[in-house]
Amino acid sequence: MEIGLGHYLTVAAILFVIGVFGIFLNRKNVIIILMSIELMLLAVNLNLVAFSSFLGDLAGQIFALIILTVAAGEAAIGLAILVIYIRNRGSIAVEDINLMKG
Amino acid sequence: MTISALVFYLFATITVGSAVMVISSRNPVHSVLFLILAFFNSAGLFLLLGAEFLSMILVIVYVGAVAVLFLFVVMMLDVNFTELRQGFLQYLPVGGLIGLILLVELLLIVGSWTMIPDVGAFAAARAPDIAAVSNTDAIGRIMYTQYLLPFQGAGLILLVAMIGAIVLTLRHRPGVKRQVISAQVSRTMKTAVEVKKVQPGQGI
Repeated sequence: MEIGLGHYLTVAAILFVIGVFGIFLNRKNVIIILMSIELMLLAVNLNLVAFSSFLGDLAGQIFALIILTVAAGEAAIGLAILVIYIRNRGSIAVEDINLMKG
Repeated sequence: MTISALVFYLFATITVGSAVMVISSRNPVHSVLFLILAFFNSAGLFLLLGAEFLSMILVIVYVGAVAVLFLFVVMMLDVNFTELRQGFLQYLPVGGLIGLILLVELLLIVGSWTMIPDVGAFAAARAPDIAAVSNTDAIGRIMYTQYLLPFQGAGLILLVAMIGAIVLTLRHRPGVKRQVISAQVSRTMKTAVEVKKVQPGQGI
């Protein structure tokens, strides 16, 4: 019953794969794609913190903090792009995004 | 020890289950709520790992800011989500295949890989004894000294994200009536009031 590093890495791997899978599954819905990216970043954070805890090295937690910052910024910018896209076109169909040239 | 193992399995199961619900839920609002549940449970996993500062930051930043932002956008936008669900099953086989391959590869790596015995000697920032210095204290001690430059970089990223989001969503609508204080204040009695002599019996 001893919980080791491998357990946490397995959970993080499953979370990451769910994130990748979500991008494939919801190809038309940008909001779910953004949420899948958040899930993948969460999995990476879990990996970093697990290694940091089991190796006794605090650098991993610092980097997890920085990834958290990047995730927050990415969510804000992504949702802002989404809002102006809907304001201009009235839908969030991803297939039309390649029409946004220029 | 069994208690912490049970708690680990509880948190891990709920995290993975709610992550599955995030990507498969029919209603995006439910997706966001399950995302919040996944964040809370991974904050619990962080607590089990002894990273209590990051755990609380995860709750504050992800649940308090990011997930609420998602919730705002999902509820604010009037989008027909049922037509976005079309093609859901079309990508299921290829997505499932790629996901399965990725999962098997990752689990093979996790299962087969070992660390060198004296790996702790290569630590970039050795964690101090937990009895002497708390986790938050220890992170603060190295974040503002050894990792000052990445910390400032993170601040710059947030600044750029903030400016970008404001610039993207700002719009000037023509024809909107707004209060102009200077025009109001600079009005005099001459421009505001007009005195008319009314002849009796005629009206204006």
